[in-house]
Amino acid sequence: MTSVPTYAASSSKRQPKAMTDPVAGASPFFRRLATAPGMATLGSLIAVVVLWELTARIFAIPSYLLPTPSSVIQSFSSIGYDRWFVHVWATLRVAMIGYALSIVIAIPLAILMLRSPFLSRTLYPLLVVVQSTPVVAVAPIIIVSLGAGDAPRVVITCLITFFPLVVSTATGLAATPPELIELSRSLRAPAWREITQIRLPFAVPYIFSALKISITLAVIGAVVAEFCASEAGVGYFIQFSTSMFRLPQAWAGLIVLAAMSLVLFQLVLFAQKSLFPWSLPKKD
Amino acid sequence: MASPAIRFDTLGQVFDTRSGRTEALRDVSFEVARHEFVAILGPSGCGKSTLLRLIAGLLRPTSGSVEVFGLQVGEPRDDIGIVFQKPTLLPWATVEDNVVFPARHKRGRVSPEERERAAALLRMVGLEGFAKRLPDELSGGMQQRVGIARALLMDPDILLMDEPFSALDALTREVMGFDLLRIFAERPKTVVFITHSVSEAALLADRVLVMTGRPGSVLTDVVVPVGRPRGPETANEKAIHDLSAYLRSFLLQKAA
Repeated sequence: MTSVPTYAASSSKRQPKAMTDPVAGASPFFRRLATAPGMATLGSLIAVVVLWELTARIFAIPSYLLPTPSSVIQSFSSIGYDRWFVHVWATLRVAMIGYALSIVIAIPLAILMLRSPFLSRTLYPLLVVVQSTPVVAVAPIIIVSLGAGDAPRVVITCLITFFPLVVSTATGLAATPPELIELSRSLRAPAWREITQIRLPFAVPYIFSALKISITLAVIGAVVAEFCASEAGVGYFIQFSTSMFRLPQAWAGLIVLAAMSLVLFQLVLFAQKSLFPWSLPKKD
Repeated sequence: MASPAIRFDTLGQVFDTRSGRTEALRDVSFEVARHEFVAILGPSGCGKSTLLRLIAGLLRPTSGSVEVFGLQVGEPRDDIGIVFQKPTLLPWATVEDNVVFPARHKRGRVSPEERERAAALLRMVGLEGFAKRLPDELSGGMQQRVGIARALLMDPDILLMDEPFSALDALTREVMGFDLLRIFAERPKTVVFITHSVSEAALLADRVLVMTGRPGSVLTDVVVPVGRPRGPETANEKAIHDLSAYLRSFLLQKAA
């Protein structure tokens, strides 16, 4: 009598698990490895690389069309760390200075635009015009006007990262619950405290979504500047390598750039997670 | 004779909007005595919230006058606390920091006495032990309790409550009402309480003002014939039932 319900209960417990878990039968070590965060991404990445290598080899694709991953890795190590360091540092320095400058200008500007409708009306169209002009087209002009050195590159990086920051910050500052603004006014608190204690913290999620967009744009800005005129930097390195038909080397530069962007993006995300954990979207 | 806590005198309020002029309030006159609990009942958009903003000094009347303790309201006063429809807490601040926020926001610092007061207020609203939690970890009702504690931090004489329980489920709403009765029994306040709920108004208030739709004006002013202290058992009293029925039929008649 009792065996029937027991059987029913245990089977209903087991069945959905077997349906949803593809590695149910595997050893505990493999199971943990397969379900670790990022494993699916890594797995598909490895699959693509292996497929790429095989395709390039089987069909004997010339390396100037599509170098094999192994030749890219080989050229990566043949460049040497000191040379990599010079190029990475050159790009990173411009990207970081431009990004920092952008933040330092954009956030106060967004606050000013919030306080002054006049400024907002006059600056917004100007910002849209700047944003609508392709930075790649402006870059050579800026290089000519500002001459050699980091200055023109930093300006180019600034131009490309600036817009999302201003717009997002302005949106965030305005998105504060009106009740809290009324509370602030009913307390007759100083106006600057309304900004620092209410509006800016409420804008943090908006600012960070712009910071995440802008950090990758900063790398793009630095590379665009290097394409126009420079003697160092990963963008310069790629251009130099392609002009010499050293495609595996150019690909290696590309991978370094992608890795750089990715690491910088993760750093911004980490900063948000550790400094403003409440600003992240809720996970259920 | 002492002046009333709040006095509206032939007040009119007109807003200039993009679509033209909107008359929100017309010829509003009433008084609220000190430590009186007045509920304002009326359809949506009858300018009830505008009344509160006028008392709070967040809005200047177009015509007529608003007085608080005998003085024309010019700018926001220190002796008024506001509870909003939504709790609108700071999501990054703990419950305790949310309660002391008015002090920090007004003067930039929080005194130890205010910290103590906040702790006492949290006890009073039944949130002892939640001081270090973030608003997200609290239910809607608990968040609104934090909002009430925040409004009481400066120990205001007047508390303005703008449909404070309308976002809560029916049961929580009832419990909050009884808690409010207990809180004001301990610490009497002049309260202007805006609500859509007839029974809530009858149970909580000393007087109920019924307002008409736009432009809003006071249609009738009813004294609740039940003394204090009140509690859960008050809800079952015949006088409350009768008053609720009367107010309901009155509102329905006017709405038709």
